[in-house]
Amino acid sequence: MPDPSQHFSLTLRVNGAEHRVAVDARTTLLDALRDRLHLTGTKKGCALGQCGACTVLLDGRRVVSCLMLAVMAEGRLVTTIEGLAQGGELHPVQAAFVEHDAFQCGYCTPGQIMSAVGAIREGRAGSDDEIREQMSGNLCRCGAYANIVAAVRDAAAREG
Amino acid sequence: MNAIIGQPVSRVDGPAKVTGHATYAAEFDLPGLAYAAMVLATIPRGHVRSIDRAAAEAAPGVLAVMTHEDAPRLPYKQIAQRPQVDAQSGEQLHVLQDDQVRFNGEPVAVVVAETLEQAVHAAELVRVEYARSPAVTIFDAKQGRPPSEGNAKAGRVPELGRGDVEGAMREAPVQVEARYVHPREHHNAIEPHVTIAHWEGENLTLYDKTQWVDNDRKEIAHVFGMEEERIRVVSPFVGGAFGSALRTWPHVTLAVMAAKRVRRPVRLELTRRQLYMAVGFRPHSEQHLRLGADKEGRLVALEHDVIQQVGRYEEYAETALSPTSHLYQCDNLRARYRLVEMDTNSPCPMRAPGVVTGVLGLEMAMDELAAELGMDPLELRLRNYAEQDQQKGLPWSSKELRACYETAAERFGWARRKPEPRSMREGGMLIGYGMATAIYHSDRSGGSASVALTGNGMAVVRSASSDMGPGTYTSMTQVAAETLGLPVDHVRFELGDTNLPYAPVHGGSITMASLGNAVVAACRAVQTKLTSLARAAQQGPFAGLAEDAVVAREGGLGRADGSGPVVPYAELLRQHNLGWVEAEGSAQPGEETKKYSSAAFGAIFVEVRVDELLGTVRVPRMIGAYDVGRVINPKTARSQCIGGMVGGLGMALEERAEWDARFGKVMNANLAEYLVPVNADVAEMEAIFVPNDDRNFNPLGVKGLAEVAICGVAPAIANAVWHATGRRIRELPITPERLLG
Ligand code: FES
Ligand code: FES
Repeated sequence: MPDPSQHFSLTLRVNGAEHRVAVDARTTLLDALRDRLHLTGTKKGCALGQCGACTVLLDGRRVVSCLMLAVMAEGRLVTTIEGLAQGGELHPVQAAFVEHDAFQCGYCTPGQIMSAVGAIREGRAGSDDEIREQMSGNLCRCGAYANIVAAVRDAAAREG
Repeated sequence: MNAIIGQPVSRVDGPAKVTGHATYAAEFDLPGLAYAAMVLATIPRGHVRSIDRAAAEAAPGVLAVMTHEDAPRLPYKQIAQRPQVDAQSGEQLHVLQDDQVRFNGEPVAVVVAETLEQAVHAAELVRVEYARSPAVTIFDAKQGRPPSEGNAKAGRVPELGRGDVEGAMREAPVQVEARYVHPREHHNAIEPHVTIAHWEGENLTLYDKTQWVDNDRKEIAHVFGMEEERIRVVSPFVGGAFGSALRTWPHVTLAVMAAKRVRRPVRLELTRRQLYMAVGFRPHSEQHLRLGADKEGRLVALEHDVIQQVGRYEEYAETALSPTSHLYQCDNLRARYRLVEMDTNSPCPMRAPGVVTGVLGLEMAMDELAAELGMDPLELRLRNYAEQDQQKGLPWSSKELRACYETAAERFGWARRKPEPRSMREGGMLIGYGMATAIYHSDRSGGSASVALTGNGMAVVRSASSDMGPGTYTSMTQVAAETLGLPVDHVRFELGDTNLPYAPVHGGSITMASLGNAVVAACRAVQTKLTSLARAAQQGPFAGLAEDAVVAREGGLGRADGSGPVVPYAELLRQHNLGWVEAEGSAQPGEETKKYSSAAFGAIFVEVRVDELLGTVRVPRMIGAYDVGRVINPKTARSQCIGGMVGGLGMALEERAEWDARFGKVMNANLAEYLVPVNADVAEMEAIFVPNDDRNFNPLGVKGLAEVAICGVAPAIANAVWHATGRRIRELPITPERLLG
């Protein structure tokens, strides 16, 4: 049996930058982002794939990074919350979240925003019902859901 | 300058939160950080017979394995005045101090390793043998006993009342009696509890998830027998807590011990599953109510018993009787509070602790009484409106509950409700309208803040408070900006650090009523200081003027008679060659509690749609009107209210810890099986604030908001479900199997 703590040296491509890291085979993409690359905007809520706080875009698709090993992300394009704002300008979804107060504690928020960006890009934010459904993998214990729907609706219309 | 208090200012920390740059406790990057993982007991009671740690110690990357066999013996000194956030009787868990197991999930070992993966893996290699003793793992209401003296003294009284309940009940022409069950609930904030402990010589820094940095420091100082001055606690962002981070839990002590052992900073993050054992929860409760009324619906007798579970090593109790004592006018009343000891980790406050429970029973029973009387449930509340706090014999400092009822009922369209249950439907959907009253007592506590006016025109306001989500950063910025006469973007509020002036606990909805007034005082103090400087100067626009000739206004100082220009603070500082000027201010509760009883109020109206065949309940509309005194920021205040509605929706329809009595353990200890509301569960929600400004309670006129927002939601939903279906489901949550059963 191979040593589970064997280290792999790999290149992670995150937000347009390349990072060389040596990770344990068991390291999740989430932990690699947070603890190795210090990109702590991606949050850990459960590490069980249940809350959505760790959502990132992988080749443009929404994934929960706690259920993916870092080694599986080699060579793929990872976008995290830190990669959304361009030149100090908030991404429209980020701006809409602030405007509509679509959070309280803010801990679920990066995951919510990454999910929203993915859903809008995939054309799955066409109605309030569709937004609610698409965003239901992202738990918000502060209960900001009604404002999240308003923010996503608004951002989808602006990006339209 | 326009008023800033009362404006819907967007969160000042919003950009940090939406870009991922807000730093939560786990995210402080310390060189040489090591990772800890806990091993938790798997029996509900007994002792550790043996621990085989060899495999764990030999595993790659492991720096230390610590158990009761080699953990340092800690002094656990008593705190002279036990903080209100702690259990008021019994003794907190002394972690790794002996071989005893007091509940399933008590830490029995901690492993520290170079990486998280290595620590988690090694923790799984620790082999523990237990000797089990008989445990109490079944809630038996008959075993209820009164809270002990420590709790009674702290306001968790075993009994309260007035008049002759038995006599009045015998004569009451209309009576209802019912029993309600509310299961154990868990906070489940999305951010797990986490601590980074960092020793530098004899000094300790904790990066911790906490709602009260000052108390966190005090607790750890007492546990370790250290001087408080040697400890700094840092906690700038808290990812939700709802009460779970009020007190200092055993894992904080573990992190501190582990960091000392390995001589490196150590991070101990609880896993989602561990959160069901390593921090507290809302205790399981059962309540029994008897209501007696005359034919006009006036309450003549009210009897309310609340029985809750409690741990055995310490006694956490709640103010569950408080709403019954004063929500309605009733001359004959008796309420009793009992605790059932069980072998479990200790419960703790969860949003509106105790009160949400008491309101649940009372407001469900009032609905049953309305049905018995054939009276509109809203009309019943109005007939029993309490013009004063009858239990305390004091007037309310303010009460706009009538306006709440009227506003919310009107907005909701309550008049369209047909009184008969099962009388409104659309196809296969039974429609129900329900309502309930909300109340939460308003408290305040002492606190302080500092304000520095700087030469670049900024004001930096500081206090060791916390912001777990309600928007402390933003609302305090508004209070300071308005008091100083500066725009919001010229004020920065800093919190979450024991190096800042003392702040009271961020809980119980007291933050604004307590600290807001300290911020005002600090702003006034810095203005006074600057005024004195300007008057005492040899030259300058205010040199030599009398004290009352100079006033602060519009971001600077001006002459009281209005002549001459207002000189901005920054310009004055330049004129006097000062980089900044700083002052501290504090605010304490006054005599108001002797003169008044204070509470926030609300009226909640909901519509439910119940699928007759499937038993599923949807809540398409919720409307709440609230009297919370003055509202500092209607945008963030609304977010708190709709957040409370979502919490109440979870309580009514989804949340329940599934308890395995064989092991004394929660079975669904994760977010897929412990159901919480998701986006698709939530539809239209509206929060209305009725105008009020309670200067009798405190100078800012605020009453507090977070707790009242969850009270009344679950009973309104339960009452609506009855109206839709004709079924009284008296045990929460109202699940399809209960509705179909
Ligand atoms: S942390 Fe990945 S889904 Fe919760
Ligand atoms: S904002 Fe706190 S969990 Fe969503």
